[in-house]
Amino acid sequence: MNPGTLDLPSRRGPYNPLAKDNAGGIPQGMGLPGEPRGKPPGKWAGVFGNGRAGMRKRMIVSIASGKGGTGKTTIATSLAAVLGSRAMLLDCDVEEPNCHLFLKPEITYREEVTLPVPVVDTSACTVCGRCGEVCQFSAIVVIGDQVLTFPEMCHGCGGCSLLCPESAIREDARILGILEAGTAGDIEFVHGIVRIGEAMSPPLIKAVKKRIRPEKTAILDCPPGASCPVITTVTGSDFILMVTEPTPFGLHDLRIAIEAVTPLGIPLGVILNRSDVGDDSVCRYCSDIGVPVLMEIPFDRGIAEGYSRGRLLVECSSEYWQRFEEMFARVEELAGSPTEITKEAAV
Amino acid sequence: MKEIVIISGKGGTGKTSLTGCFGLLAEGNVMADCDVDAADLHLLAHPEVWHEEEFSGGVRAAIDPELCTQCGACVEACRFNAITTDFQVDPIACEGCAVCHYVCPVEAVELHEPLCGHWFMSETRFGPMVHAALLPGEENSGRLVALVRNQAKVLAQERNKDLILVDGAPGVGCPVISSVTGADHVLVVTEPSMSGLHDMERAVQLVRGFHIPVSIIINKHDINPEIGGQIEALADSLGIKVLGRIAYDPSVVKELVHGRCVVENGETPAAEDIRRIWKRIQETILT
Repeated sequence: MNPGTLDLPSRRGPYNPLAKDNAGGIPQGMGLPGEPRGKPPGKWAGVFGNGRAGMRKRMIVSIASGKGGTGKTTIATSLAAVLGSRAMLLDCDVEEPNCHLFLKPEITYREEVTLPVPVVDTSACTVCGRCGEVCQFSAIVVIGDQVLTFPEMCHGCGGCSLLCPESAIREDARILGILEAGTAGDIEFVHGIVRIGEAMSPPLIKAVKKRIRPEKTAILDCPPGASCPVITTVTGSDFILMVTEPTPFGLHDLRIAIEAVTPLGIPLGVILNRSDVGDDSVCRYCSDIGVPVLMEIPFDRGIAEGYSRGRLLVECSSEYWQRFEEMFARVEELAGSPTEITKEAAV
Repeated sequence: MKEIVIISGKGGTGKTSLTGCFGLLAEGNVMADCDVDAADLHLLAHPEVWHEEEFSGGVRAAIDPELCTQCGACVEACRFNAITTDFQVDPIACEGCAVCHYVCPVEAVELHEPLCGHWFMSETRFGPMVHAALLPGEENSGRLVALVRNQAKVLAQERNKDLILVDGAPGVGCPVISSVTGADHVLVVTEPSMSGLHDMERAVQLVRGFHIPVSIIINKHDINPEIGGQIEALADSLGIKVLGRIAYDPSVVKELVHGRCVVENGETPAAEDIRRIWKRIQETILT
């Protein structure tokens, strides 16, 4: 591989004002250390043959957190770097995607992701009111002898056009955002960027996830929180890495996030970031509910400064290269067995 | 009455810690926690809840197997692949659009309104507070945010308070849009990193799209003063005021672990910076 490919300019376009105005003064990442990335450790050779018979489907690993700013992107990008050509990274935090700032991918594909929204043919409409009755999202309402549509409220279910007795409603596309794909070195890269002002992110997340290829280990960087965008992202994953920090906020939001994903029955592990800043409540909680803590990352001002410049954790501190390999080996072991969350955890 | 909303774009830049500090420094204010996905302000405010209500926002479908003839009309009409091969509704995939209910020829699909969360009114050391908790994994956070803000306004009127401090959610999506629309001023708390800069820019773009005045606060400024400078230059070019910079200060987390705000612990660097910023807010936004 050529480490130089990582330093290609980040994507251009209306969604990245950063690249236009501000990139000049920001130190570019140093590129990834070529040596370990070019040569995946021998132990993988037998597991992942190159298209040979017996190759198994690789895993989908979601990186989630509950609380924002705990280090999801840090973990996702470094894990992708360590796995190299075996991995693809899909940034599903479509409201504020950041992985591209660290991996600096070369974008080779771009598409608009849209949602079908109603358009009423007033000449055919009899103002019967059926569409307004059917719509659960107040996206189409009948007031007096007028049908009003509110495309920004529409969830694209198609109910109004399907059920209109006069077939007076057709569907037009509302742009939710864009999807971009490309490569960062030998890592495949995909992300979605929601249009500013757009509230519906799940369809865009689904569009990003459609690009998962079974022959790659897919790393999904999740949005923060514990509501529908997170569930949309992690559904179908083989493993969830929850990144948190040992503070009351970190613990509280970790609990909520674990509670949210527990019904999906996906095995879990926790990564404790800034592990020496705070208290031991997260560790105690994890041990109480039987969720393994797979990695601890102590606070290091050098890492924080490197992060601020868009450098990968494994670039800032080389010892992490091996730690990520070991952590991923544990993830592979654990992925087969759903984590048994004890009852207390879900309360 | 003024409503000030604190958002960030990027998560973990210090929204809630800062909202707590402002809650202590302000007088005559009502608090609203609109990060209903992962609400944390109560961990600093220590509320005594005196009113609690259930929140349900939207419907879910359920198929009655006794009535269902397995004709497949619902499967064909559902765009969310929420109907399983054995004609059950997957509650996680169900969007609540009710199309299956309307297309079913034998009325086998019932709609129900599941509980989505709770909202509360409380007394706290920051003043009266409206807060909420969305049930984990639920939707409709935007509607719950709107409800919390409305209740905070009602409470402020009843109590004759002239300031509402709103803690917002990360991102630029549904709950954030619902938190900022119609507010008097939005504070964007960012940090000097590539991610902080990138996400702040999107958050600012969102707020300006609604024609709401916005200012910036740079937290953990000394982690990378160079990018801090870029944030200031960007703010300047957009005609946005940077209200101040806050030093990276380990005592913020030390206080947080005990459920306290950094301004409660005398004269640490961050506490000084935050007091200075609050003074500027009083002078420039609250006059």
